[in-house]
Parts: sequence; C-alpha cells; structure tokens
Amino acid sequence: MDGFVISQTDKRPIYLQIMEQIKRRVAVGDWAEGQSIPSIRQLAVDLSVSVITVKRAYLELEREGVIVTQQGKGSRVAPNPGLGLRLQEQELKKHLEQAIRLSAVLGLQPEELEGRLREASENIAAKESS
Amino acid sequence: MMDHAIKLDGVRKKYRFFSLDNICLELPPGQIMGLIGPNGAGKSTTIRILMGLVHQDGGDVQVLGHRMPQEQVAAKWDIGFASDDMRLYEAMTLEWHMNLIRSIYPKWDAAYVQLLLKRFGLRADQRIKEFSHGQRVKATLLLVLARRPRLLILDEPTTGLDPVARHEILRELTGVMADEGRSILFSSHNTQDVEQISDQITFIDRGRIIDSMDKEVYLDRWRRLRLEVPAGIELPALPGIINVRQQGRLAIATANVFAPDLANAYENTGARVQSIETMTLEEIFVANVEHSREEVDA
Repeated sequence: MDGFVISQTDKRPIYLQIMEQIKRRVAVGDWAEGQSIPSIRQLAVDLSVSVITVKRAYLELEREGVIVTQQGKGSRVAPNPGLGLRLQEQELKKHLEQAIRLSAVLGLQPEELEGRLREASENIAAKESS
Repeated sequence: MMDHAIKLDGVRKKYRFFSLDNICLELPPGQIMGLIGPNGAGKSTTIRILMGLVHQDGGDVQVLGHRMPQEQVAAKWDIGFASDDMRLYEAMTLEWHMNLIRSIYPKWDAAYVQLLLKRFGLRADQRIKEFSHGQRVKATLLLVLARRPRLLILDEPTTGLDPVARHEILRELTGVMADEGRSILFSSHNTQDVEQISDQITFIDRGRIIDSMDKEVYLDRWRRLRLEVPAGIELPALPGIINVRQQGRLAIATANVFAPDLANAYENTGARVQSIETMTLEEIFVANVEHSREEVDA
C-alpha cells in the first residue's frame, strides 16, 4: 500500500498509526465516501503487519463512524457528508489536549495557556496580513 | 478445520541445569505467534519439542492435529522448519538444494521460487560457500517457503541480518498470511519484529511462560504513568501496578493491567498524574522480565 508509513520513531502503537493514516486519506478525499477499502488481511499483507493489528484499527474506525464493515462484503468508507469536518474536529481536540498536557508539564495555569493561545493567533493573523 | 495449529498443554522437560515447566500455549490457524524471552529462557527447547526433535518428559503436544513426538512423520509433511543450526551443503549450489527438496515434497511451487529468488536477490547457480550470512538465512527460508507448508516454525529467523534483509523476510512472512489457513510460530530477540508481525505473543523466561495472549490486548494492558507527588504524600500500593520508581517529587509507575481507575486512585491520594503513556514491546519486555524475576526470587 503506497503512502502508508509505519514508523518506529512514532511512539504510538501501530494500530493508531494505521487509523490516523486512513483518517487522513478520508479527510482529503483520497478515500471517498462509500468507497471499498482493502480487506483486513490484504492491508496487513501490504503493510507487513499482523492481521490482528489491522483488525483493531478497523474496529476502532468503525466505532468512530469513519468506516462501515459488512459481514462478507468487506469494509467501506462510511457514507456521511459531515465526516471530513468531524475528523478535523477530532484533530483539533487532540492538539488542544496535547497543548494542555505540555502546559501542565511547564506548570502553566489555564489562564496563562489562554493568554498564550491568543498570542499565537495574533501572531498568525499578523503574518497573514503582512 | 482444526481448532489449533499448535497446542501445548502442561509440557515439561528436565535437564540437569535447566527445566521447562508446565508450558501451555495455543496458536489458532491463520495467525502468527512471536515467542520472546531472554537467552536461555527455553525458546529453542520449546521449538525442538514442537518439531519432535526433543521428547518432552510429560504433557501433551499437538501440531496440526498430530500428537508429537509420536506422529511426527505425518506432521512434518506440512511443517516448514528453519533454524540457525541447520546447515546447507557448502560445496553445492542453491539449485541443487532446490531439486533435492522438490523431489521430496509434492507441493513444491516453482513459480513462487522464481519470485522468491528475485525478492531475496539470490542466484540459484551459486554455491552455498559463496553466500553471505544473510544470503544463507534467506536461502534456508526460500527452501522452506517454496514447499508451501501449512505451518512455519522458525527459530530466530531475523537474527544477524541487516535491516534490508530483515524487512525482506518480515514481508515474506506476513505475505504468507494472505492465506488464512496458514500459521507461523517464530522466536526472536528482536521485539520490534515481534511487535510488528505477531498476532499472538508468548513470553518465556527461565523455563516458564510468563504471558501468552493476543498482541493487541497485551500491549493495551501496559501503561507508564508519570506522577507528581507533593511532599508528605505517600503513594499507595495499587493492584495492576508492578513497579514504582520515585526520585524527589517525580515518580514513574508501571501498570501491567491498566484501567483508568488507577489514575483516579493516584489523584485521590493527592498525587497528580502528569501523563499516561503506552509502552513499546521492548519496554514491556524489560519491565516484565524484571518483575517476574522479583516475584520468583521473593
């Protein structure tokens, strides 16, 4: 499978890496709504990873509503127009949580984090208007 | 359809300075099992018992539905076995070896052989003595794969290989799994290989099985919690936590049966959970061996 990268420097479990890369394909529209996607066994062979790992990734993606699996018919990208947006929502949530964790490590109070966020958005706005 | 490609129940084997004790494991068809453990843990002995090369003192061994060692002749038609101490004939070419194996095994797949020669970068007309270590390992594996056995048993198939050869072999092994009736059991020191391609993980240390289960379930049970412990607060002993290391106000707790409740339990004592991290199999391996030895030695 071209474009999939399972990285050993990425500290996340392999199933999460697979999930994220499938979501990205869906978010940019490379894997369109309703399109069939590789079977679990096929993707495992293509990525040289265990079947059980791809199975886990597919189960979680199904739970999140990104794909649907029909017994005997394989898996498809879920038919849902709001999907791309929802994926981006999730991405935002993840980044915010990461920012909160980092600020906790630095000992920042929530108010200080809010201040930093405003500062960052002002910086971006300044750059884009210049 | 058999229930298990491999089934060991209560297997024992006693040597003068080492013994295997109550080995139980099951490998369903269509799956890959990685056998990991330190040097001298009992991995090779277990594999030799599976192949009927060593006879167990007690316990039940079934491979592809055949009882071992009694029915090893029947079982071996469908088992491909490779280990480091298997020697090819130095003076002969790879092709000579291929012809020999083909004359014995009717399922020999000539088209697959051509593909494997290309993927492994091997020349059939080359003598074994001119092969590098990596080429020998790949040649041995080619001779086993080309028979298309239902079960592959491989002792350290990636040891001593460069990264390219390792990837070639891992790709070929996972490729075998396109056919869901086939199974693989392999031993390895390389936790990355095991983490990447195994469906089942079996941990052996000092002749005992520490854990044997679904890899995803297994990896998911382990977590590292980073804690900030205010002065005067003592961290409680919690079930599922196998190790706590504290230096000053920072502590790291290792959970082998993680549940979100654990984080709450720490928070309730006044400690603060800074982060909860997943662990690689390498990290789990070291933590698990240390923990099980502490338990046994205690």
